[in-house]
Amino acid sequence: MAQTVANIPVKAPPAGLEREPMVSNQRSPGWISDAIAGVIEGKTPVWWWRAFIPSIIMLTIMTGMILYLVSTGVGVWGPGHPVMWGWAIVNFVWWIGIGHAGTLISAILFLLRQKWRTSINRAAEAMTIFAVMCAGIYPLIHVGRVWFGWWLFPIPNDHDIWPQFRSPLMWDVFAVSTYFTVSVLFWYMGLIPDLAVMRDRASTKIRKFAYGFFALGWTGSNRHWSNYEKAYLILAGLSTPLVLSVHSIVSLDFSVSQLPGWHTTIFPPYFVAGAVFSGFGMVLSLLIPLRTLLNLEEIITLRHVELMCKVTLATGSIVGYAYGMEFFIAWYSGNPNERYTFIDRATGQYWWAYLTMVTCNVVVPQFFWFKRIRRNMLVVFILSIFVNIGMWFERFVIVVQSLHHDFIPANWGYFRPTWVDILTFLGTFGLFFTMFLLFLRFLPMIAIAEVKGVTPQADPHHPLGGAKPGGHH
Amino acid sequence: MPGPKTTYGIIAQFETPAALMSAAEKVRESGFRKWDVFTPYPVHGMDKAMGLKNSKVGWFSFLGGCSGYTLGMLMIWWMNKVNYPVVIGGKPMFSPFSAFPPSYELTILLGSFGSLLGMLFLNRLPRLHHPLLKHRRFALASHDGLFLVIESADQKYSEVETRKLLESLGSRQIELVEE
Repeated sequence: MAQTVANIPVKAPPAGLEREPMVSNQRSPGWISDAIAGVIEGKTPVWWWRAFIPSIIMLTIMTGMILYLVSTGVGVWGPGHPVMWGWAIVNFVWWIGIGHAGTLISAILFLLRQKWRTSINRAAEAMTIFAVMCAGIYPLIHVGRVWFGWWLFPIPNDHDIWPQFRSPLMWDVFAVSTYFTVSVLFWYMGLIPDLAVMRDRASTKIRKFAYGFFALGWTGSNRHWSNYEKAYLILAGLSTPLVLSVHSIVSLDFSVSQLPGWHTTIFPPYFVAGAVFSGFGMVLSLLIPLRTLLNLEEIITLRHVELMCKVTLATGSIVGYAYGMEFFIAWYSGNPNERYTFIDRATGQYWWAYLTMVTCNVVVPQFFWFKRIRRNMLVVFILSIFVNIGMWFERFVIVVQSLHHDFIPANWGYFRPTWVDILTFLGTFGLFFTMFLLFLRFLPMIAIAEVKGVTPQADPHHPLGGAKPGGHH
Repeated sequence: MPGPKTTYGIIAQFETPAALMSAAEKVRESGFRKWDVFTPYPVHGMDKAMGLKNSKVGWFSFLGGCSGYTLGMLMIWWMNKVNYPVVIGGKPMFSPFSAFPPSYELTILLGSFGSLLGMLFLNRLPRLHHPLLKHRRFALASHDGLFLVIESADQKYSEVETRKLLESLGSRQIELVEE
């Protein structure tokens, strides 16, 4: 093969129009397998333990906080009249939003034929699943009497009453549980060929059995690939309306209620854009250190990071537009309550939260206009952390600020979180990172088969794939 | 040894996706029916080269999606209007609008199960045993190996002639696979 390749001149595109390759240095399919599977097969690195042990400790703290909450009551948290929704809802919305980037990368970018997604989709989908797990905890525990959590599901309670589906909260139950299930299905389906890779490389019996069991006897048959690719396409097609609906429905929890600051029609698209924005922030925060730590810079290239920065810039600007539009509509509506809420949002007691939100979500992403910044990994990493912080404050502003000044001044209050609020939230990071680190250790963090498929060596119509010039193949 | 081993088929390795694809075209043209190619990644254009029809997975997703939507609407209507109606905020007992979001989610949920399970059903997976998975070179099929396998169950199969055909297609690694 080497000789045939050397003899064929590859016509280069005009200068300035070349695209950076998906995998640097013309790496072969075999090299891709070795590099990605090597992450799992090698010795556990020291940094992994340094990250894993604090994560486990934080997970334990979260479990302790939840037990304390369940055994004592929701009073251990900050919410109280008039701010009845506190950090639980803020964190729920924030974590769910984080998940959205994973589905956007795996489904929407797939439908748009953005081949660069193959290097990052597996890790992003894992992030989605773990983020939804962190989010899913809050609706269950914030009801206080968690043993009645099953009332959320369509099961008759002890008076034979069914849940009532006219409430957006019931829609949310279906949206979030479907989102989690479909994300897991999509992720698992993508994993099947890679589990077969791990099975075929396995050096121990246990590994061979474990990976082989979940690979379901995958052989790489083209008759199988044909059905597989169709099913993958359909799952992408189903996940796209799903991910758009999930945060839309989450936003309906707010906008269906008649509260100034919540009751707006812009909420569904605004929440979805914010979700994708925050999710890309998290993907960048995770993958920038990992590509260096795991020596995967040739597969997650600078171009990948740059493209993610561009998505962050685009969605961040949509979010900025939504902030402006909210203010415009508050003025244009002529509703004094609506106007008051928005003036209070920017200048009232929570001005500091609003300022953090605008700085992190509107100003920070504007740096991504500059190529030099997009290609500087340290700067991108720091900016991505600001994106995460900013989006948390956005949810805080929406939930807490809108509630704290009720219609009568006698009903005004100021929300303060308790130490239990804070430790529970920090604890969810323990859950997230414990799961994510285990994922890195046991499953291929990049879709091996998919990355191979986008290399020129895998393309029968490319000279590197063996195509002869002029001929059919 | 319990009896003589039977042959499952003949396996040929190819160097490039283009070579594998033109070999697949020739094998199809020769009239073989029980054969397949095995690749670490889906090779685009291979379905056409092998003469495969469009996958039927879509029907399973469609069926799943339709049943999800119907199930959601009927469930909400029956629970909130028929079995135990409760007046809340003067809203109608059943409205297709408030019932839509959960039904929409159920459409996607069952549609997704339809695609995954439909794919597994059409591929006859999970499968605990496959003669190829015991073959010593076949582990490469998930690494970087490109293989074409013709089964001995094919009517046109002949140990000598089939080997000759595969040799003429440019494969330099041809072996028999035992059952």
